[in-house]
Amino acid sequence: MLEFLYRLFGKEEPSGKQAKERLRLVLIQDRAVLSPQLLDMLREDLIEVISKYMEIDELGLEVNLEKEKNAVALVANIPVRRVKRSVAEAAH
Amino acid sequence: MPGRVIVITSGKGGVGKTTTTANIGTGLALRGKKVCMIDADIGLRNLDVVMGLENRIVYDLVEVVEGNCKLRQALIKDKRNDNLFLLPAAQTREKDAVSPEQMKELCAQLAEEFDFVILDSPAGIEHGFRNAIAGADEAIIVTTPEVSAVRDADRIIGMLEAHELHNPQLVINRIRPDMVKRGDMMDIDDVLDILAIDLVGVIPDDQSIIVATNKGEPVVLNTRSNAGKAYANIVCKILGEDVPLFQLEHNGWVEKLRRIMPLRIPRAN
Repeated sequence: MLEFLYRLFGKEEPSGKQAKERLRLVLIQDRAVLSPQLLDMLREDLIEVISKYMEIDELGLEVNLEKEKNAVALVANIPVRRVKRSVAEAAH
Repeated sequence: MPGRVIVITSGKGGVGKTTTTANIGTGLALRGKKVCMIDADIGLRNLDVVMGLENRIVYDLVEVVEGNCKLRQALIKDKRNDNLFLLPAAQTREKDAVSPEQMKELCAQLAEEFDFVILDSPAGIEHGFRNAIAGADEAIIVTTPEVSAVRDADRIIGMLEAHELHNPQLVINRIRPDMVKRGDMMDIDDVLDILAIDLVGVIPDDQSIIVATNKGEPVVLNTRSNAGKAYANIVCKILGEDVPLFQLEHNGWVEKLRRIMPLRIPRAN
């Protein structure tokens, strides 16, 4: 919002704020890059949670951190084999 | 009860680790504590010159560890304070002349005799850093409000955590209130927001630090200097006193005039 106002008035965002924003993004990457084990642990936990609800293809599961212009996203591609019937019933 | 062993570290070089070590050490000694400072920056020693003790070095850290002299012989007593001692680093040796196990033993030995053992860590995350943190049970991280320094501080926090050194305390050095006010420098909250650790103090960017270092007299001895007052404030916090954070002031002449005269003076910026 603030960024929008700055742009509207053709004014640059104060450099202190730019510094903070750039740091926030670079640290998300640094912290993630530091431990590939962390992604593996997350992967294991995801499989465990999702398996409660559906049967998934564990080998086809992909988890990655992707950087876009001003955000870092956790992107997971999880092939579903089938939804457990008991879960579908319980939802109704 | 053994004394507290505190390592002063940062990751990035040139952010004020040695100055902070000298001032915290001197400040604690001024408060009557028995303090030993260890320069763990082997090959690039500087704590001796910042303290003005460079002419008194006979033995060093490596010689103590290798058993070439007694620990007592290598400790240099401060010129100004009988409670304060320095164990200098070796200047002509490699960083791996000492091992983390040896440092641990040395710190434990000193903690028997001193209330505080303050370690000045080298920059970087390699062997020298590992040595410096090996014997410590508390850590103070020094940073400046710049992206490079804060990024490295974040990395160091992670490494301290991995070495079971929890709850590091942060010193934000070289804050310039005028730049913060214009929005051209990250403020205290910005840095704390990013690093998410406890703040122990803030030091203003102050010329008196350079003057003090030129003379080899820690700035905390200068009770008129803002940086000196800020370091004294940190010492209070380390001693567990519940004092408010030292308030940095924007000391431009307009601000001074504004305080003296009840008139409305338009702001310059």
